[in-house]
Amino acid sequence: MELIQQLVNGISLGSIYALIALGYTMVYGIVKLINFAHGDVFMVGSFVGFYAITVMDLSFISALLISMFTCAIFGVLIERIAYKPLRNATRIAALITAIGVSLLIENGLIYIRGAQPEAYPNNVLPMDKLDIFGVSISSQSILILSVSIILMIILQFVVHKTKIGKAMRAVSFDSEAAKLMGINVNNTISATFAIGSALAGAAGVIFGIYYIKIEPLMGVLPGLKAFVAAVLGGIGIIPGAMVGGLLLGVIEALVSAAGYSLWRDGVAFIVLILILIFLPQGLFGKNKREKV
Amino acid sequence: MEATIPLLKVDSVGIRFGGLKAVSDVNVELFPGELVGLIGPNGAGKTTFFNLLTGVYVPTEGTIALNGENLKKQPPYKITRKGISRTFQNIRLFSELSVIDNVKVAYHSLAKHAIVSSIFRLSGHFSGEKDMDEKALEFLRIFNLDHFKDEKAKNLPYGQQRRLEIARALAANPKLLLLDEPAAGMNPHETKELMNLIAFIRKEFNLTVLLIEHDMSLVMGVCERIYVLDHGQLIAHGKPGEIRNDPKVIEAYLGEEVL
Amino acid sequence: MTTLKNSKGFWLSIVLALIFFGIMQFSISSGMLNPFYINTLMFIGINIMLATSLHLIIGITGQFSIGHAGFLAVGAYASAVMTMKLELPFIIAILAGGIIAAAAGMVIGIPSLRLKGDYLAIATLGFGEIVRIVLLNIEYVGGASGMQVSHLTTWPWVFACVMITVIVIRNFTNSTHGRACISVREDETAADAMGINTTYYKVAAFVIGAFFAGVAGSLYAHNFYIIQPSNFGFLKSFDILIFVVLGGLGSLSGSVLAAILLTIVTTFLQDYPETRMIIYSLVLILMMIFRPQGLMGTREISTLFTHKKTKGGKKDGSHNTVA
Repeated sequence: MELIQQLVNGISLGSIYALIALGYTMVYGIVKLINFAHGDVFMVGSFVGFYAITVMDLSFISALLISMFTCAIFGVLIERIAYKPLRNATRIAALITAIGVSLLIENGLIYIRGAQPEAYPNNVLPMDKLDIFGVSISSQSILILSVSIILMIILQFVVHKTKIGKAMRAVSFDSEAAKLMGINVNNTISATFAIGSALAGAAGVIFGIYYIKIEPLMGVLPGLKAFVAAVLGGIGIIPGAMVGGLLLGVIEALVSAAGYSLWRDGVAFIVLILILIFLPQGLFGKNKREKV
Repeated sequence: MEATIPLLKVDSVGIRFGGLKAVSDVNVELFPGELVGLIGPNGAGKTTFFNLLTGVYVPTEGTIALNGENLKKQPPYKITRKGISRTFQNIRLFSELSVIDNVKVAYHSLAKHAIVSSIFRLSGHFSGEKDMDEKALEFLRIFNLDHFKDEKAKNLPYGQQRRLEIARALAANPKLLLLDEPAAGMNPHETKELMNLIAFIRKEFNLTVLLIEHDMSLVMGVCERIYVLDHGQLIAHGKPGEIRNDPKVIEAYLGEEVL
Repeated sequence: MTTLKNSKGFWLSIVLALIFFGIMQFSISSGMLNPFYINTLMFIGINIMLATSLHLIIGITGQFSIGHAGFLAVGAYASAVMTMKLELPFIIAILAGGIIAAAAGMVIGIPSLRLKGDYLAIATLGFGEIVRIVLLNIEYVGGASGMQVSHLTTWPWVFACVMITVIVIRNFTNSTHGRACISVREDETAADAMGINTTYYKVAAFVIGAFFAGVAGSLYAHNFYIIQPSNFGFLKSFDILIFVVLGGLGSLSGSVLAAILLTIVTTFLQDYPETRMIIYSLVLILMMIFRPQGLMGTREISTLFTHKKTKGGKKDGSHNTVA
């Protein structure tokens, strides 16, 4: 039963990874950039949610929406200010910039409010324990999981059924051709950042409620792991990010359950290196070759 | 010429990308000292064929042999060292390196001094580098590029970059030189000069040359034999006069350009 | 003729460096330099080694590695085990630090054969983190609380190691082997087609770079009284990356200059780490937007002085080559 308990924890954690990984994968798909600052958008989302709940005394859902909205704007600002001038630069230059943006957000926030952590109040969501087949599952994890799943369903809808979703897919397939077909590439890229960042913001609030403690550097590790999840699923592929996130969460939980909790953070990176070497296109990806 | 053994023997070679057959059942024989053309419409698989010869792609069927030695699954750098060197359709120079250094890189595999000798600046390093300097300059002189030797490759005019690429390929000491549209983007005058140069180096270095060209009239003038590729398959091969009148070739080119 | 001129500059800079060493050694032994400045000097030396060793991997060979702190950590811990656990002399510890880090460089160099650009970057970052987590879990070296190390690093050690590092990397770069590495950076497919064993040179760059990072790690460990896995996180890797990027990808003297400059900045902002990081990050972003080639581009200091001459030669050349 301990094992099932751990699996539930793994899925909850994995759904947070998945939400962050979606932003990574969408941005990579469209501008071929590993947006290092994405983990920090997640962190900012967590703080916005925290202040919305504690200072403005809002409910979970309102805090979630405010956080998503703020992060969407924040994400677009990052893209417009830092990444847009580099659209035709080398990928390495873009990657270095992304690292710079990430460091700037983290240290900027520390500069403004200090490095001390905050604690989410523990009465945001009801804390009932449900007994399912002898496994006690908190109503919180069920709610978190359902929120994540709803967001992912909305995302699938946006990407496949709306005009902006079609534009996003067109730009990620061939941005030059998309431009010639009259698609506004700049706006489409901004929309991608907005959607990805909103999901990261939601993940931030969910993380705060689930794990209580938040601090300015909290985005680094989940951010990197979410990237691993995106690579695991096949970078640029939306369902891949979801599966990759959940899978990574479960793997980590199982490693903890096996008594190696100190190694937990290392597992993600070992998975990453193994995937990159043996299955670089990821679980759902297609192999591409360079044209000579 | 028919009596000698072939330098390059390509035996029913093909490659499949996924379900798509890019090249299939190609048979080519090149004899020492020949200048042979490979022509065909756009997308016929000419560059893919070069990539197969140089080990960039591994053929899914058939064999390629150089001087009787099977080149199967050899990495590109080893194939180059065995004697097949090439240029690229879209120029691939080392753009930040100087002109002379571009040539020296190709000469690298013939250099004798080891890393240790360079790090500790042993005498082997100095004699090795001096040797390379002289050899590289020799190649540049042939191509009239010696005045540019310290210029960065990316700063050369387009035509000179094409020539530098050939000089670089030559420095790798090939027996077989593969030129992928060497005259692309050149004006008629430059093209003619280039063809004279190719004829010269072939004699001077005892080379066999296989040349991809899109422009038929040009190939007809210089090549002794011609292979025609269309949709990944050889549709004709023979002397320029025969190719010119081959109905299959005319058909393949029809609609693409007027002969 | 040019080689003679180059080697003249080379010997001149060695003489200047030795004079600098003498002055510093005198100032230290006579007590004119206070411990704060001595420590800054040590850090400058260690950072030069880190910057130039990463420069070989990124700037010359074009393998975007952001896990350099991993090699530093391996060198630091390996050398600390040598002196503290096995009670071997410092020189052995320094060499062991370098060699064991070089072995780690080979391990990380091998996956690099299959990975390119940003994928390689993430893999090396992952490698750095794995090193840190492994050290965190080894009780023998103290786990999270770290390992006590005696203070053995002195100015002559640092100076000697910096000189060897810079000279070896310079000599390697200015040879056919360095050109082979640059050709991999410029166009791997073309390098391969020109007979360069690209795999070999990528691994060679990682091994040599890791060796000197490991040597730097030995000096780093023995400059403190304690080393902890948390000293070697990816923020440390980014620090080293900033030296190389600021100096100009591909410029050895640029890396050295940037390492000196940023170490001094860091020392003055020691009590304001966030300010330091804000400055660093702004430098990175603005640099990439406005001057992505870095301070020096791919040029070296020596070429700044000879610039006029080569320009004249260029003009001559372009005039009489029409045919």
